[in-house]
Amino acid sequence: MTLARADRSQRPPAASRATASDAAEGVRRAQRRRHRWTAWAFLLPIVAYLAAFYLYPLYRNLDLSLRHYTVRSFVDGDAPYSGWDNFRQVLHDPTFWPALRNTMVFTLVSIAVQYTAGLGLAVFFNRHFRLSGLLRALFLIPWLLPLIVSSSTWSWMLNSESGVVNYALHLVGVAPVDWLTSPHWALVSVIIANIWIGIPFNLVILHSGLQNIPADLHEAAALDGAGPWQQFRRITFPLLRPVSAITLLLGLVYTLKVFDLIWIMTKGGPTDSSTTLATWSYRLGFGSLLPQFGPGAAVGNILILIALVFGLLYIRVQKRQEA
Amino acid sequence: MTATAPRRRGARTTALGIVLTALMLFPVYWMLNVSLTPQQDMRKSPPDLLPLHPTFSGYSAVLHDQLPYLATSLLIGLGTVVLTLLLAAPAGYALAKLRPRGSGLLGLALLIAQMIPGIVMAMGFYAIFLNLGMMNTWWGLVVADSTVAVPFGVMIFTAFMSGIPDELTAAARIDGAGTVRTFWSVVLPVSRNALVTVSLFSFLWAWSDFVFANTLDSGGTLRPITLGIYHYIGNNNQEWNAIMATAVVASVPAALLLVLAQRYVAAGVTAGAVKD
Repeated sequence: MTLARADRSQRPPAASRATASDAAEGVRRAQRRRHRWTAWAFLLPIVAYLAAFYLYPLYRNLDLSLRHYTVRSFVDGDAPYSGWDNFRQVLHDPTFWPALRNTMVFTLVSIAVQYTAGLGLAVFFNRHFRLSGLLRALFLIPWLLPLIVSSSTWSWMLNSESGVVNYALHLVGVAPVDWLTSPHWALVSVIIANIWIGIPFNLVILHSGLQNIPADLHEAAALDGAGPWQQFRRITFPLLRPVSAITLLLGLVYTLKVFDLIWIMTKGGPTDSSTTLATWSYRLGFGSLLPQFGPGAAVGNILILIALVFGLLYIRVQKRQEA
Repeated sequence: MTATAPRRRGARTTALGIVLTALMLFPVYWMLNVSLTPQQDMRKSPPDLLPLHPTFSGYSAVLHDQLPYLATSLLIGLGTVVLTLLLAAPAGYALAKLRPRGSGLLGLALLIAQMIPGIVMAMGFYAIFLNLGMMNTWWGLVVADSTVAVPFGVMIFTAFMSGIPDELTAAARIDGAGTVRTFWSVVLPVSRNALVTVSLFSFLWAWSDFVFANTLDSGGTLRPITLGIYHYIGNNNQEWNAIMATAVVASVPAALLLVLAQRYVAAGVTAGAVKD
């Protein structure tokens, strides 16, 4: 507004009006162009960064998966092109189906339990009792701890002979379980630890979603005689659906990627019983003295593909909610 | 009578809340307990539920063995914070306020970048670092660790700076400030909350990183604390009180963060997931 008035007061005599407005238009266009250049100058570092430290590693990874690498050709960079050989080898490997199955079980069970527990706790903390803020903050601790800390703590708690979990089972008369060393229980063990880490994330997001639900809706329902369960089923849960969708999809994308926890607790063993695509990819590439970079990268790329499917779904859901 | 009933129910809810929190935090308590347990009692059955005969030998082992690792983690964490802020703050400003043509695509690219598994990035970085001679360097690890924090940082800055009223930047422009000047002396100072949130999370993630450290820095002279713990576990003479003592020390930044900046933490967790 002020700018426009300033323009008018500076307007030159009538005789040269046409040429002056042309000139003004030119100046404005030049300004806009300069504005655009400055804007891209602000974005230049991030664009260069993404190209160098995202696109290039991803390209190298794709390249790895399409060539036949050995340790020597890895250093020299002259490995022969081998087409889809690595992918074929990986798909026919006896580890492929167990790894895919474990990835699915690990991801789905983790997010189902995390979400249910997170939702229950979010509803509980939404009652605003004394100390609720402090306790909710304490609930964040598992999520903030370095994964190596939580993984090694759980490893010791689940130790067959001296673990506190087996001691607790002993107290209620249950025989000790070989949590980390039996093929039946290894996957269960890493899922338990992962659920513990993921609950806070679900709690925080769902709790902030609950706060956007107007309280008078619940009051009106209570006046109409709806009990707590009715209120939850007919009001809270349906209104929370958009936030739930986002939470579940984000959880899916994050859980598919989990590597540290499984690697530190079981290394994917015993005999692949807790191997997921992420730990398998790592084991192929770095886990032995004879690294198989090509197949390792191929597994990694399959994992990216799965993550992207859910990732794009997430973006779609989020875009639709914004609209 | 009617006034005390809800209060009593409130007390019951608080009690339930305390029980739930205690259950949730039991592993953290157990880590503390084991870190204080003497080595000879470690395999005792039943285990001591309270540190009745606390020993600090685990912690003195940390002082003896792990100090260089802790210093390296501090260095890498701070380096990651600086790099992340340098990249993310200007980008957030451009995406929120300048919005040149094509910047929407960049936002999408950043969202997708967050979904790429760290293990895949680690393998790509391994190939690159090997060729460039960046293996086993602390600054190589800073670069790798920043890939976790940068897309998140841009997202936080963009969201926050979109909320800055246009009048504020327009006023700066009228006073004769250019775009750079406006960014530096107007936008950045009012974005303090975003700066704190991004710094906290990029530090914590770099401090906690294990994948990149184990692939890109496992043979270096400057190794982070996550590898310190990992090698402790790998040793055959598993001294669990020393391992757990290191774990306790490695958890200090997370605890500080929660005590000093709880509201920023919650903001960081929900950012991007909930739009209101």
